Amino acid sequence: MSTHMQAQAMPSAQWHDVCHIDDLVTNSGVCALVEGQQIAIFNIVQGGDKQYFAISNWDPVGHANVLYRGIVGTLQDKVVVASPLYKEHYELATGKCLEREDVSVQPFAVRIEQDRVLIEL
Amino acid sequence: MVVGFFLPQIQVNEMNLSSQQQRIVIIGNGMVGHHFVEQLINTKADCDITVLSGESRLAYDRVYLSSYFAGKTAEDLALTNEQTYQEWGVKAVTNAWVTNIDRTNKVVTTKEGTTYPYDKLVLATGSYPFVPPIPGNDQEHCLVYRTIEDLEAISASAAQSKVGVVVGGGLLGLEAANALKQAGLETHVVEFAPQLMAVQLDPMGGALLKDKIEALGVQVHTQKATEVIEAGESCRYRMKFGDGSVLETDLVLFSAGIRPSDQLGREFGLVVGERGGIVIDNQCKTSDPDIYAIGECALWDKRIYGLVAPGYAMARAAVADVTGEEGEFAGADMSTKLKLMGVEVGSIGDAHGRTPGALVYTYHNQPEGVYKKLVVDANKSLVLGAVLIGDTSDYDTLLQYALNSIELPATPEALILPSSGDKPLLGADALGDSATICSCHNVSKGDIVGAIDAGCCSLGDVKSSTKASTGCGGCTALLKNVVDSELEKRGVEVSKAICEHFNYTRQELYHLIQVEKIATFDELLTKHGKGLGCDICKPAAASIFASVWNDYILNKPHQPLQDTNDTYLGNMQKDGTYSIVPRVAGGEITPDKLILLGEIANEYKLYTKITGGQRIDLFGARVDQLPAIWQKLVAGGFETGHAYAKSLRTVKSCVGSTWCRYGVQDSVGQAIDLENRYKGLRAPHKIKFAVSGCTRECAEAQGKDIGIIATENGWNLYVCGNGGMKPRHADLFATDLDDVTLVKYIDRVLMFYAKTADRLQRTSVWMENLEGGLDYLKSVVIDDSLGICDELEAQMQHIADSYQCEWKTTIESPEALKRFRQFVNSDETDSNIQFVAEREQIRPATYAEKNAEKYAADKAIPVEIV
Ligand code: SRM
Ligand SMILES: Cc1cc2nc3c(=O)[nH]c(=O)nc-3n(C[C@H](O)[C@H](O)[C@H](O)COP(=O)(O)OP(=O)(O)OC[C@H]3O[C@@H](n4cnc5c(N)ncnc54)[C@H](O)[C@@H]3O)c2cc1C
Ligand code: SF4
Ligand code: FES
Repeated sequence: MSTHMQAQAMPSAQWHDVCHIDDLVTNSGVCALVEGQQIAIFNIVQGGDKQYFAISNWDPVGHANVLYRGIVGTLQDKVVVASPLYKEHYELATGKCLEREDVSVQPFAVRIEQDRVLIEL
Repeated sequence: MVVGFFLPQIQVNEMNLSSQQQRIVIIGNGMVGHHFVEQLINTKADCDITVLSGESRLAYDRVYLSSYFAGKTAEDLALTNEQTYQEWGVKAVTNAWVTNIDRTNKVVTTKEGTTYPYDKLVLATGSYPFVPPIPGNDQEHCLVYRTIEDLEAISASAAQSKVGVVVGGGLLGLEAANALKQAGLETHVVEFAPQLMAVQLDPMGGALLKDKIEALGVQVHTQKATEVIEAGESCRYRMKFGDGSVLETDLVLFSAGIRPSDQLGREFGLVVGERGGIVIDNQCKTSDPDIYAIGECALWDKRIYGLVAPGYAMARAAVADVTGEEGEFAGADMSTKLKLMGVEVGSIGDAHGRTPGALVYTYHNQPEGVYKKLVVDANKSLVLGAVLIGDTSDYDTLLQYALNSIELPATPEALILPSSGDKPLLGADALGDSATICSCHNVSKGDIVGAIDAGCCSLGDVKSSTKASTGCGGCTALLKNVVDSELEKRGVEVSKAICEHFNYTRQELYHLIQVEKIATFDELLTKHGKGLGCDICKPAAASIFASVWNDYILNKPHQPLQDTNDTYLGNMQKDGTYSIVPRVAGGEITPDKLILLGEIANEYKLYTKITGGQRIDLFGARVDQLPAIWQKLVAGGFETGHAYAKSLRTVKSCVGSTWCRYGVQDSVGQAIDLENRYKGLRAPHKIKFAVSGCTRECAEAQGKDIGIIATENGWNLYVCGNGGMKPRHADLFATDLDDVTLVKYIDRVLMFYAKTADRLQRTSVWMENLEGGLDYLKSVVIDDSLGICDELEAQMQHIADSYQCEWKTTIESPEALKRFRQFVNSDETDSNIQFVAEREQIRPATYAEKNAEKYAADKAIPVEIV
């Protein structure tokens, strides 16, 4: 099992225990509330390979907290989620919007430890 | 407004003195002015470019201007933006109307008095609409059709008008008429000449076009000279014509031709044509060798060219001359192919047969409304021109014959006769390398072959590398032919693939899933796809699984495939909440159920509204509230209404024979039975039905995918209609059916649709794309020409038998319910969901309201956690 790591050096970043891995949904998203911030967490299984990603749940185009409810997939090898509102694609690893240069969402680091999901922020 | 890194003029001068850069000033940033800039940038020539746009914005696509009425925005139409010009190092100034050219000192001045020195000046000032000098033509609601501002004015005026008249029955006039019609106005076209599109069409073609356009509900009045526009009686205005007749209207739209914007040429001593237009030579130079004129303001060989392709060719010739390259403008082809209000029209070269000795072949099929005329030279060896109405499928071939002087076959008439099997087809392969494919961007077949040799391997690649087909769009079909044929020659399979993960069409995937009994997306992906899938193929696959197997859609493997609406069994609203639409079959509902809906809405503080589909929508439920609400609905006897799904929505009904004094059958009972039979059916797009109890048609059945109208003897069945963006009346499919046959036919039509349509294709478009259309569909469904009717019925029976209410299944499954939490680690609710009160109900707070603390504190209805 490989774990996706996100290098996100924030000055006072801390790891937060969020949930059990069974709370995640394979190839889809769930949402967690961490320090008052909504974080969308995705569990991507490709072949035998598992990857975890976390991004802010706020849709900067639709102005609503919905990104975890989007469809995940790949576009030219980038793992993405499509916003359920207006269908822009966000790259899960970087939070970049593929259609629009002027918007992006914040990515967060995820770690799995003894079947618990940890998020850094 | 100044955009780009514009520097004060003196500094620019000083900089230029040292760098010796050639200063090029372009007046006008229309399509042609912009093309000039783009081409000049492509040459990488070292020059200092300034663009002075008289409009409030930079260049936009005037050719597709009408799509503004179909929802395109100014942004969508933009051909460039400030940022792009900035990156190119082009200074662009908007609202810069030039009023003076000092040819001695080589300086132009705008109306604000700003000056811009030049070494070379380019006039790309285009043209303006001609408004005939009719008394009363300058009143409010008398408009023209040229700029985005014009369209805004038309929209605003149409909103306060019932009747609209377009003055001018040329190409643009008819396009404008279409816009008025779409805006819902009673539309008239008034034309001075005896026929429509007199420039491009012969009288026969013009007459046929008139019939067709009138059949679409636009009234055409030819040979009418408007004398005055005065106050009206039933409408705002009354137009009086030379023959004494009158026409009442609220809005007048002039589209009576264009006139070159040549004022600058006139005032500052350039040679101008007798009837306007700045005279240019083959290099597009005016009578002043340092000034060029291109596009619709230019007069070449006594002609103004009112199309983009010739303007682009002029821009290229001028760029070549400015940069010291060779290139000239040698006239241009004015052929056109277009669809006016759905009527196909084509005109090539000498459409009127005016060339001495010209011979003509015509084909006229009155019943089907097709007219084709082929004009050839005296030797019957070359195509000189053509007119095509009602069917332009021969346009590309004929145009190639004409443009490339291809020798005609022994029987030229075969080129326009309906396919008798031995039609000499001029495929992409028959064209030489020098054949022009795209005249807007001057792309030859050789350029396309070159682009493919250089690595382009799709239509998209070729388009972006050569720009072919990005102008007027007239060459799209031909370009695709050439690209497909070249790619196939190189062994590249031409992709009709649904997305990058599956190399199959939806129909092929359907077959694979059915034949190989594939039941999950993972299995489909492993066997036939690659990557993880995406938001195109996942919902498409989910819909096919549902049509073929009809599993519970939230079964674990299907869950991540669904659009959020299907996953949460509700329609997501703009703030992330959901709407709830229980099924109300046929629109019939008991008082108890109405009361229950009201009670639930009150309890959860939901906004309630009657939908256009005869049922009730409850809005504003948070994702975590959905299960509890549905628990109550299901307990009260409601089922899911599938408002979120690509599946059967509603079967609308009218009152019918039970109550209505005119009804001849029980339309309500029939609607309820049909809704209950097909309610679980998932399909490529949503499906709507209606049943009317008599010919008065109160249920609007002819606007539905399946429409049923009662007769004395049974039911008439209509198929493949819809409302929505492009309304289409349903076609009469069969008459006087009994109940059993009616259901049989519907089973077959819908199952055939579910199996063969493309993703998100509604029944109307599906049928229009079936080769043979309605007749073919009838032969499959009524005559069983493919021998599949038993199978189609059996499959539909399986769907009906395996129906389950998805909400009932969901609330009984603890596993499924886990998804209806906002947070995996907290019971809090989404604090961004806030409501304010309006007309005694809730509505989502706007972005501004949410951010204005004060407002929120005053009016927000606290959301209780229920
Ligand atoms: C609720 C309702 C409006 C209303 O309050 O009256 C509605 C609401 C929506 N319609 Fe509609 N349509 C509603 C009746 C209609 C009708 C009228 C009818 O059914 O008689 C039409 C035209 C008839 C037709 O479809 O042929 C209609 C044509 C559309 C279209 C255009 C379809 C087309 O082929 O052009 C869309 C867009 C689409 O489906 O892609 C659409 C899409 C939508 C969506 C799903 C847009 C969206 O993605 O949010 C809206 C969902 C709102 C929601 O959450 O419930 N809606 N929509 C109506 C629900 C009827 C129902 O009880 O199920
Ligand atoms: C509704 C519509 C549909 C059309 N459909 C088609 C089609 O299907 N196929 C086709 O080939 N063609 C079509 N055309 C024609 C096509 O749009 C024109 O041929 C093309 O836009 C001409 O480009 P241009 O740059 O010469 O002129 P324009 O696009 O008119 O641009 C000229 C610009 O110069 C500005 N200007 C003028 N004087 C000054 C001044 N003194 N100072 C500063 N700025 C000035 C004007 O404000 C304008 O912005 C259509 C046109 C319309 C209106
Ligand atoms: S027409 Fe339909 S889709 Fe458009 S706003 Fe109204 S409900 Fe929404
Ligand atoms: S001919 Fe106009 S885009 Fe190709």
